[in-house]
Amino acid sequence: MRFLPKSDAERRQMLEALGLESVEELFAQIPPELRLGRPLALEPGRSEFEVLEFMRACGRQNKTGLPCFLGAGAYYHYRPVVVETLASRGEFLTAYTPYQAEISQGLLTAIFEFQTMICQLTGMDVANASMYDGSTAMAEAALMARRITGREHVVVAASVHPEYREVLRTYAHNQAIRIREAPYDPESGAVNVRAAASLLDDNTAALIIQSPNFFGVVEPLGELAEAAHAAGALLIHAFSEAVSLGLLAPCEQADIVAGELQSFALPPSYGGPYAGVIATREKFVRQLPGRLVGQTTDTRGNRAFCLTLATREQHIRREKATSNICTNQALVALMATIFMTAYGKQGLRELAEQNLAKAHYLAARLPLRFRGPFFNEFVVRCEAQPPEAINRALAGRNIIGGLPLGRFYPELSDCMLLCVTEMIRREDMDRVAEVFQPGGAA
Amino acid sequence: MTGKARSHIVQDEPLVFEISAPGKRGCQLPPLDVPAVDAAEVLGAANVRREIEGFPELSEVEVVRHFTRLSTWNYAIDLGMYPLGSCTMKYNPRANEAAASVEGLLWAHPYQPEETVQGCLEIMARLERALAEITGMDAVSLQPAAGAHGELSGILLIRALLASRGNPRRKILIPDSAHGTNPATAAIAGYEVENIRSNERGMIDIEAFPSLVTEDVAALMITNPNTLGVFEVNIARIAEILHSKGALLYMDGANMNALVGITRPGDAGVDVLHLNLHKTFSTPHGGGGPGSGPVAVKKELEPFLPKPRLKQVNGQWRWDYDRPQSIGRVRAFYGNFGVLVRALAYIMACGPEGLRAATVDAVLNSNYVRKKLEPYYDLPHKEPSMHECVFSDRRQARHGVRTMDIAKRLIDYGFHPYTVAFPLIVPGALMIEPTESESLRELDLFIEAMIAIAREAEENPELVRTAPHTTRTSRVDEVTAARKPILRWRPER
Repeated sequence: MRFLPKSDAERRQMLEALGLESVEELFAQIPPELRLGRPLALEPGRSEFEVLEFMRACGRQNKTGLPCFLGAGAYYHYRPVVVETLASRGEFLTAYTPYQAEISQGLLTAIFEFQTMICQLTGMDVANASMYDGSTAMAEAALMARRITGREHVVVAASVHPEYREVLRTYAHNQAIRIREAPYDPESGAVNVRAAASLLDDNTAALIIQSPNFFGVVEPLGELAEAAHAAGALLIHAFSEAVSLGLLAPCEQADIVAGELQSFALPPSYGGPYAGVIATREKFVRQLPGRLVGQTTDTRGNRAFCLTLATREQHIRREKATSNICTNQALVALMATIFMTAYGKQGLRELAEQNLAKAHYLAARLPLRFRGPFFNEFVVRCEAQPPEAINRALAGRNIIGGLPLGRFYPELSDCMLLCVTEMIRREDMDRVAEVFQPGGAA
Repeated sequence: MTGKARSHIVQDEPLVFEISAPGKRGCQLPPLDVPAVDAAEVLGAANVRREIEGFPELSEVEVVRHFTRLSTWNYAIDLGMYPLGSCTMKYNPRANEAAASVEGLLWAHPYQPEETVQGCLEIMARLERALAEITGMDAVSLQPAAGAHGELSGILLIRALLASRGNPRRKILIPDSAHGTNPATAAIAGYEVENIRSNERGMIDIEAFPSLVTEDVAALMITNPNTLGVFEVNIARIAEILHSKGALLYMDGANMNALVGITRPGDAGVDVLHLNLHKTFSTPHGGGGPGSGPVAVKKELEPFLPKPRLKQVNGQWRWDYDRPQSIGRVRAFYGNFGVLVRALAYIMACGPEGLRAATVDAVLNSNYVRKKLEPYYDLPHKEPSMHECVFSDRRQARHGVRTMDIAKRLIDYGFHPYTVAFPLIVPGALMIEPTESESLRELDLFIEAMIAIAREAEENPELVRTAPHTTRTSRVDEVTAARKPILRWRPER
């Protein structure tokens, strides 16, 4: 077995040192009736070449490499080559969680930079070192709001990603948290502020808003924050498209920001691994879940970094911890850090502006369902034929279309969500627009 | 000093913010092929941000040097042995990285129609099957993102099953040797935690156990082998006792690498189990993630698994969302797919013989280290070791040298420390897990280093207490970091 670095002679030598005759004796404590007594029913071990051939064949069974107009929480963005080159260095890839600060300064420094950049982007004071993904970050943010306010319930906008809301329900289910949904305005596609406000009461811990929301629409975060605060609740700003942070103003009144950084780190990868993050105000830091890197000094007085405020965490506090999270998404957060550094201040803005311009180019040629301002996603009404028929027609032209919305919003079953990033060329948008023309899908 | 490490020049490097200069950039976009739009006009002026204050501005070469220099300040499994007990820092085959980078897998979108992502679904289905066979369980969900997330899913499953029987019950029993994630998980799932004491052999006291399983108990969370590296020999009996009282047995599979190919938790009566693909199945830790924490269950729990579930329809894989009894989603989409690809690549490369051989070598290595270090370090529990062994610092503490000091001194010898001060039931624990990935030479160097440190602890305790001495960064002041938290960079005023 090529991964095992011992010869049989060495194994015998070690057994001898242990006073054992055979390796089976190493397992003598396992009751015989529990021993498997047969080889596992798996295919025989294969060479590297064969394994990679299998994976490449699986890759070929997928339809990829085509212009794709899907977004909805997973985005196609150009990823500078240096992101992969640097993040795949063994010193990053094959390191453990940096508990031993003296020999983990590389990752600790990068995560400190990550936390700083997330704060700069979101306007928050502190950010954690990452969460599993945007959906769990949002759910954990709701639990955090509950601890901060001592209140029981949350109100979540119906325009939040449907799968994020499902995860919130799973997390809330056994904690007696009631979740109420604030409807979206059928004209604008944004949350109806008055309706949201009417759901807030003196037992509401937080109002959760995604912006840009699932429909791509930019929410009136300022007004919603005022409504939340007027009821004594926190405002949680969730996001799934991190590139929007390059152009959209952060909500100054938000209390917690919880989002997904896939856009900064990895291709869609069939849904993971991605990386979530939670950022918040300084005064709430003790209620923040997940790891945090802090600055300090070493005994020689040099700047150094280490994991800190661990008394929030499960390995110290056990059942009283802020969360059970242990392993997070450190390598993905590192990729996001490299991405943000490579694009930089101007590049990130330009990237966001290209997304905005391209999305508006295509949107101008299609029947939009909502009037609210949007970033790089928008909902289109499929007037002549159902969304599925349009997608089939696009597939025939080697284009992957948008997401039919009926599955998540029955009232929008004649609509699809389209996403346009900087990866989409004008010609392909023109071809999509053609298909939407009466008779275009034929 | 032994022959593993010598110091060499390491580059210094400020933070990215400190080497930024206005106007520099490390990435160029193609020209925009559509008319530009006025952001303030289409979004509303109030929605458009000012420039991102303090955000980095570096050229490409500076980005490469920055992160390369940082990388050289890290220890990593690619550099040498990582004897972190319970963490299973084994070799991460690079072919797995190549597998996960196959373009057709990397660029698949989670909302593509199922008929256009059959390759992804085939990989997931194969991995589910392989993990079920390895664990002796009936069904597997690949959705959880890490071990603790798998635990949460597992406890929610137990809760859902018991609730469907009429009463979710109130309590989860957890041995005092358990990982901290276990009690934290039980609390998030809405359960009270009752900690149970290990007996003098470091195991669950089978005589006292039945009286602990009251009508209130939903489940026991057991780690097997436990965190002392000891196989819970009564596991089948424990399962019987729980089942006879209507409770379930949850197994934390963090130490599954000691069992693969030898014995299967499912055959011992375990009802729910999570795996850490980033431990047993060789996917890289990446400095703390991404991991993957599949949850495996017996048949009666299958209807409750997170949705969607894979199913085959006319020879094609489909997602089944019609799962009325499901606990719901535990995350968006389907799991850490890229990690799943790596784990399947590992299982395929090993095959049944390779997987079993890895288990054997892991247990052989741990017993070899234990045998060689026993004359020098106190071994509080004498039960046979599986994949890890736990010493205490009792002898060295007489000279004022504690487990953390020994760990830090190990760094000077070119090794990553073992797991320090865990499990909690061993005061001053040194928890050592070599894994199967260490050659006899690397193991002997480690043993030599540990023996040398034991001698130093007697002859020159101050040398050990102030270690490490050879690193770029000396011992870090973690107390001040927590007392006066500085959690982000800010420009100097």
